[in-house]
Amino acid sequence: MRAVSAAAAAPSEAELQELALSAMEYQSATAQLGRVPNRLELGMLAALWSEHCSYKTSKALLRQLPSGGSRVVQGPGENAGVIDLGDDLLCCFKIESHNHPSAVEPVQGAATGVGGILRDVFAMGARPVAILDSIRFGDADDPRQRQRFARVVEGIGWYGNCIGVPTVGGETYFDPAYQHNCLVNAMCVGLATRDHLVRARAAGPGNPLLLVGADTGRDGIHGATFASVQLDQAAESRRPAVQVGNPFLEKCLLEACLELVGDPDLIGLQDCGAAGLTSSCAEMAHRGDVGLEIAVDRVSRRERAMTPYEVMLSESQERMVLVVSRGSEERFQAAFRRWGLRSDVIGRVIEEPLFRVTEAGDEVASLPLQVLVSGFPERHPEASPPDLAPLFSANPLDRPPPWTAEEAWLRLLASPNCADANWIWRQYDHQVGDDTVIGPGADAAVLRLRGRGDALAVTVDSAHRSAALDPRQATAIAVAEAVRNLACVGAEPLGITNCLNFGDPDRPEIMWQLQEAVAGLADAARAFGVPVVSGNVSLYNQFDGQGIPPTPTVGVVGLLPDLDRRVGSGFREEGDLVALVGPAGAGALGVELGGSEYQRLAHGLLEGQAPELDLDQERRSAAAIRSAIQRGLLKSVHDCSLGGLAVALAESALLGGFGVRVRAPLNRQHVAPPGWVFGVLFGESQGRYLVTLSPDSLEAATSLFSQLATPFDSLGQVGGDVIAIEGLAEIDLRAAGAAWRGAIPDRLERPLSAGA
Amino acid sequence: MSLRFGIAVFPGTWSDRDCAHAVELTGAEAVSLWHADADVKGCDVVVLPGGFAYGDYLRTGAIARFAPLMEAVREHARQGGLVLGICNGFQILCEAGMLPGALLRNASLQFRCQPCGLRVETTSSPFLGCAQRGQVLRIPVSHGEGRFYADEETMARLNGEGRVAFRYSDESGQLTSAANPNGSLENVAGILNEAGNVLGMMPHPERACEELLGSDQGLLLFRPVIGQLARPAG
Repeated sequence: MRAVSAAAAAPSEAELQELALSAMEYQSATAQLGRVPNRLELGMLAALWSEHCSYKTSKALLRQLPSGGSRVVQGPGENAGVIDLGDDLLCCFKIESHNHPSAVEPVQGAATGVGGILRDVFAMGARPVAILDSIRFGDADDPRQRQRFARVVEGIGWYGNCIGVPTVGGETYFDPAYQHNCLVNAMCVGLATRDHLVRARAAGPGNPLLLVGADTGRDGIHGATFASVQLDQAAESRRPAVQVGNPFLEKCLLEACLELVGDPDLIGLQDCGAAGLTSSCAEMAHRGDVGLEIAVDRVSRRERAMTPYEVMLSESQERMVLVVSRGSEERFQAAFRRWGLRSDVIGRVIEEPLFRVTEAGDEVASLPLQVLVSGFPERHPEASPPDLAPLFSANPLDRPPPWTAEEAWLRLLASPNCADANWIWRQYDHQVGDDTVIGPGADAAVLRLRGRGDALAVTVDSAHRSAALDPRQATAIAVAEAVRNLACVGAEPLGITNCLNFGDPDRPEIMWQLQEAVAGLADAARAFGVPVVSGNVSLYNQFDGQGIPPTPTVGVVGLLPDLDRRVGSGFREEGDLVALVGPAGAGALGVELGGSEYQRLAHGLLEGQAPELDLDQERRSAAAIRSAIQRGLLKSVHDCSLGGLAVALAESALLGGFGVRVRAPLNRQHVAPPGWVFGVLFGESQGRYLVTLSPDSLEAATSLFSQLATPFDSLGQVGGDVIAIEGLAEIDLRAAGAAWRGAIPDRLERPLSAGA
Repeated sequence: MSLRFGIAVFPGTWSDRDCAHAVELTGAEAVSLWHADADVKGCDVVVLPGGFAYGDYLRTGAIARFAPLMEAVREHARQGGLVLGICNGFQILCEAGMLPGALLRNASLQFRCQPCGLRVETTSSPFLGCAQRGQVLRIPVSHGEGRFYADEETMARLNGEGRVAFRYSDESGQLTSAANPNGSLENVAGILNEAGNVLGMMPHPERACEELLGSDQGLLLFRPVIGQLARPAG
């Protein structure tokens, strides 16, 4: 075999820039290798050293996150995190971004985001049982944003619907700040039995490496690098860096792989995601402390005359790599053939920890895995907070409201951020699998676990606009909100996955946001005692120098101890009592408007303080709510979130089809200054649950909540044709319904030529 | 003796497991039928489940009709055996010529997953032996191409011969356009072959077999009354 030539010419500055490799990184690579890498090696290094694959900027921060616990079977570092649900059943889950591709090619970008996260889960040997998504777009009244948004929904639906995995929940948020950088985060949850859990590890020199699924084409070359730079006006020209999905092929791959897990001859399984064969194979070998040799000529191709560079860096979708015991390859290949899948033995495990690539017998790349996978210099860009003092000093309650309270209430219900999202999720198959007990549109989705009395609950939540005011607090709030959402259906949180969407970390204020957000995530995860078992970081969400607001997103999985005791968020019966559970501390008044949806709609600005958060009280309140649900004391529970008490009240009323009359929570102890009406109605103070209960349960509930040190304030009663907060505002149930149900379809079905 | 259901699995089928679950809820036996085997394994009922058989390339069901299994299904039906095509299965039956008409892209041009009312139009089929004419069943749909279409003559025949099994309706049995999720001609949701032993329907009865999931009215489709064939199989 001819070895890699030692006499490669040094790359030009332009070449390095194209690869998003800094001069310092290039020097570090040559120093570690002791030679100049050739172009293929350089491409492989650039891909694995990209932010997307290496987490070189965030790695040091992410170490702060608590990731252990008695239920953790697999923490960060594998394809997905795994927690133990008991009785040998494991839950495997992860969230990942596909922001850049979705910005450039919405249908395929979003679809392949779903495809990629599904592969991460079934690569672990788990059957995917649920998809959730979190989407951020620009102004919903802008025709271009509407069109792109509709196409992202189409892409998510297309992939999930074709493959037969239900999309059970998610969230959508529109804000002009995401005009140029939409966010598309997809989460997948899967179930595996303990003996079927597979790891992405290579082992046993001489064992063959199989590549199965799609042929390799020129699509998505340098997608990982593309995801690690800013978008600009030329982004459209990067469309070829977006992959094209084939859910049918992935369905076959999924079924074939799940038939094979549990086979003792299957040693390692890994999907080909970002940076294609290079990253999947390198990571597999590195985790197993072995090396790999790949013969590029054995890789089936979709196009002629592909170079080793193109083969190794292609991000063609729907491909998996497997390491199997020597001699068993034919059996595996036959199993794949039964599903109509092509597979090829493309290489083998070798003893030396090297990644060697050959073409026609000649060595075309040879890189030590240590350098390739973990040799990247960690980056510690400077971080410093922006000057937020002018924003903090403003008191949002002082701004004169542009509308009457009633008008503001209806406008909030008609904001696409608060409105009924049925238009979106009716395009997603949310039932396939026959386990969706509570689907989209609820605080959390609930899936039954066959043969058990308990059930799985899942939610995905992001920090709201207040993240720009206080990223640490807002990230902790996102976790607290997810915990509340699970509590609303009666579930206890068990594991967190996170997706950190930020701008360019080389800007000190953005690096500061990232640091603060990770600290907030760690604060909340510790306070709730819930480990962070998987995650993804998406940086450089920036367009022509303008970054997105910090947008940490968390997916949380929990268990509901008794499926028969679950509750929903809609009111159930006329005459039921309505109460507010949990308000405490400075948030007790509920008037915090800083970063609220009302502030955005009414004034189009962001000012004030982020809402306060009392993590101890949050933990107590969530436990108290779960306990009350378990005892059958509550008939509905809903989290007060975007739009505050007024929107939560209207949502529960509309979901149940009943009016409601309550008093304002503050009139017992406090007298509201005039400007505070809007604060009471729409303030986004944390820790509040709107619950209903039968009058017979009042005594038991009052005593339970008091025992569990959780504030419980009885406010009023379900019934009538209006939604009323006495002395503040009152709206007609039908008018509220029309505003809430019509907001999204009215915008999205409006002709594209029409503006706002 | 309990009935034996064969659940077809094509590459791309995804409601096979849900159908098997529904069958098992009735106490019957479910066996898997592989698309490449021309064998219905002695089953009493063959279910062609929902999904995207062969990726629905070309047209929904267009490739699946050529599967070796479909030969055996056709023969099974010819001999009077029962065939239930659900969603993609209905599309396959139409492509295979076992049922008339075609299923076009939804009028909204969007995928729809939502509960629907289905008014039972006839009980002259073993599948509808436990149903009552005019009864409204609550069963969800989940498809992007479910708009039933047939030419005037075919539609007149279907109506004349009482072969429309279900129409989309509101709760009170009114055939409104709001109740029609896909723009189907005359709100048609499911049809029968001439003998009544082959039923194709877009809605998913296997998703409506437990109160826990919102409805158990789909169970009756999995409890066919054998021996109640209205007409001799052709």
